[in-house]
Amino acid sequence: MTRQLLTGNGAAAWAARLAKVDYVPAFPITPQTEIIETLSAWFDNGEIPGRMTTLESEQSMITAAGAAAITGVRVFTATSSQGLLYGMEMLYTVAGWRAPFVMINVSRGLSAPLTLEPDHNDILAARDSGFLQIHCATCQEVLDSTLIAYRLAEHEKVRLPVIVNQDGFYLSFTREPVEIPDPALAARFVGQFDPENTQLRASAPTSQAVAVLGGSPYSYFRYELHLAAQQALDVYDEVAAEFAEQFGRDYSAIESYRIDDAEFAFVMMGCFATKAKEAVDRLRDIGWRIGLVRPRLLRPFPEQALHDALADKKAIAIIDQNISMGKGGVLHTEVASALYGAKAAPLLTSYIGGLGGRDISQEELFEIANQLKQAVEKGSAPPPRLLYTAGELREMRKLQAIAHVERQELKLGEESDNDQGEGND
Amino acid sequence: MYRIRFHGRGGQGMKTASRILSNAFFLGGYEVQDAPRYGAERRGAPIFAYVRAAKQPINERGIINRPDLVIVADDSLVAIPAAGVLQGIGPQTVLMINSHEAARTWEERLNVPGQVLILPVTEEVEDRAELPFLGTTCAGAAARLIGIIPLEHLQQAIRDELAHLGTEIVEKNLQQAAEAYELAAEYAGKVIEGTEISAQDYAKPEWIDMPFEVASISAPTIHTGLTSELAATGTWRTMRPVIDYQLCNRCWWVCSEFCPDGAITVDDEGYPQIDLDQCKGCMICVAQCPPHAIEAVAESVAQLAEATEATEATEAVGDKS
Ligand code: SF4
Ligand code: SF4
Repeated sequence: MTRQLLTGNGAAAWAARLAKVDYVPAFPITPQTEIIETLSAWFDNGEIPGRMTTLESEQSMITAAGAAAITGVRVFTATSSQGLLYGMEMLYTVAGWRAPFVMINVSRGLSAPLTLEPDHNDILAARDSGFLQIHCATCQEVLDSTLIAYRLAEHEKVRLPVIVNQDGFYLSFTREPVEIPDPALAARFVGQFDPENTQLRASAPTSQAVAVLGGSPYSYFRYELHLAAQQALDVYDEVAAEFAEQFGRDYSAIESYRIDDAEFAFVMMGCFATKAKEAVDRLRDIGWRIGLVRPRLLRPFPEQALHDALADKKAIAIIDQNISMGKGGVLHTEVASALYGAKAAPLLTSYIGGLGGRDISQEELFEIANQLKQAVEKGSAPPPRLLYTAGELREMRKLQAIAHVERQELKLGEESDNDQGEGND
Repeated sequence: MYRIRFHGRGGQGMKTASRILSNAFFLGGYEVQDAPRYGAERRGAPIFAYVRAAKQPINERGIINRPDLVIVADDSLVAIPAAGVLQGIGPQTVLMINSHEAARTWEERLNVPGQVLILPVTEEVEDRAELPFLGTTCAGAAARLIGIIPLEHLQQAIRDELAHLGTEIVEKNLQQAAEAYELAAEYAGKVIEGTEISAQDYAKPEWIDMPFEVASISAPTIHTGLTSELAATGTWRTMRPVIDYQLCNRCWWVCSEFCPDGAITVDDEGYPQIDLDQCKGCMICVAQCPPHAIEAVAESVAQLAEATEATEATEAVGDKS
């Protein structure tokens, strides 16, 4: 099979095509729009069968996706950032319906202030919704993970919606060589959607998931959803193993890079993790024993796998491309929970960076590694670090000075207007 | 790894240039990565696009901080700090500028450690930023400067990337690229594959502890003038509301009351008027009007009707004269 150059968005559209999706409810948002544009062109010129509908908001879009999925058709949709948050109410609802479909989220930092560039606060806001989450680091992985996601979502033990996450710009608009699987093989891998006993029909309206009063029935349904998400760990492993066998690409629940003999490790999610791979290679060049661990699955959380990969290290740097206000890095908290109680548990250090697409440079990764070494020597971890340089603060000061002057001018302008007003009286 | 940045303005084809170059590398067996970077997507805004190419899988991502080659399609960008044209230029970097001025002038003006070249062009035009097929020209010159990209791969890449524009345009671009490739011959191989940063001796990041600052300083209270009126959201419309004034009974202006965009005003005689620059075409007014006086017409149909009306009007004027 030959490879061709595709953006992350192009890869996502191809995955939907290969999965033979029946229905795509859509709503545009940068940097996701290219996915639905690509699909709509294919629908339009008859290259693929199926139907796309543009809805008036993400809230309706996710409702339509969930409703369509429980009529028994295969559904694909995509969103990003503010759009994901606008649909938040329905994320919880359709997951509660146990509606299996796949949604791509193209990560983008949240307002305010507004930005177009990526970080993971959008997708992490959906962490507890009941959607399973697969995080990607390359364009190839976006395509492959989406195919895997359909198997996971539609599996009888799971039956839950899945979000496949890719970083805006760094994947969504970046072309890399991608192998597009043979359509027949891909179709065979994904298989037919068996909607089992779900049977919503527009022609015979019924209510889905009516109100339950009293905590006991409610708890039953919520617990079952949680248990299904946990089942998804084993199911994911099975499906990923089958994918590896058929297509030769391995997507275990956590990616471990040069980790076996490592004393130190970086832990990161998303495509910035490939930068850390590069840092690992350079550090190994000069004799370090360091590796990288990247959770692909965030929900369900591959706790045991993380524990097994990391528990025997001396020190670990968890680099979060998100920030939980008043707490810190979300991944840091999660990894800490996976390692709590481990004998001779490694020192954990926390770094926050890459917010709104801020670069994390090789030099910073080297410096983080050095801090790990120092932490081990001292026997204690440094306080969490918010990655920022003196140069960045200097630039920020310049912007603040400009804003200050403009505000003063505005104020002066208003005062002189008032003066004139009074003079005329 | 080769690291290349193209700088230009929206509309000058920098994304295309990066795609052609990376595709040409890819055809030669390289692993590649290409991406555009822009803020607001509009013509004339500074944009850049970058290409990485290596024989091994590429793990680096994002903005190129240590470029081997920087191509600037529009020399007015060099002076704009925010465009970042000069970012990370080192002694190894080749900087090729599309300019009427001489390389020496730029060297003295910029005082950068790298080598400055001027994009060679077949014929001088008044404004080089307006050169046709600028993106392909830049890609052609870049391919030759790098030295390891054969002309056939450049040409195949152009056919791949521009196929959607039709054969005539592809042919013109092929010709343009071949000329740029030829003209850059004297600099062939000037661009040298960059090295990796060593983990041993690297410039330590100047990290700071983030200072706490009270909200009166740190809240993003950055105010700009009102812009919503300036953005003609009417271009988003796929359906257009059209009022039939025979049917409109000037009720209590339900349409105007319900329009979420405030796009319907009422004139002196009490008739509703729709501001089509601002109407997004939600069709709420259509649904709300009690005597059904507002019709939903497909925007394409409405525009066609307008165009026909306009030509008939001019023809009518022509008849009179
Ligand atoms: S279509 Fe919507 S936006 Fe346009 S005038 Fe009617 S109500 Fe207002
Ligand atoms: S709602 Fe209908 S009848 Fe009333 S003012 Fe508007 S167009 Fe006229």
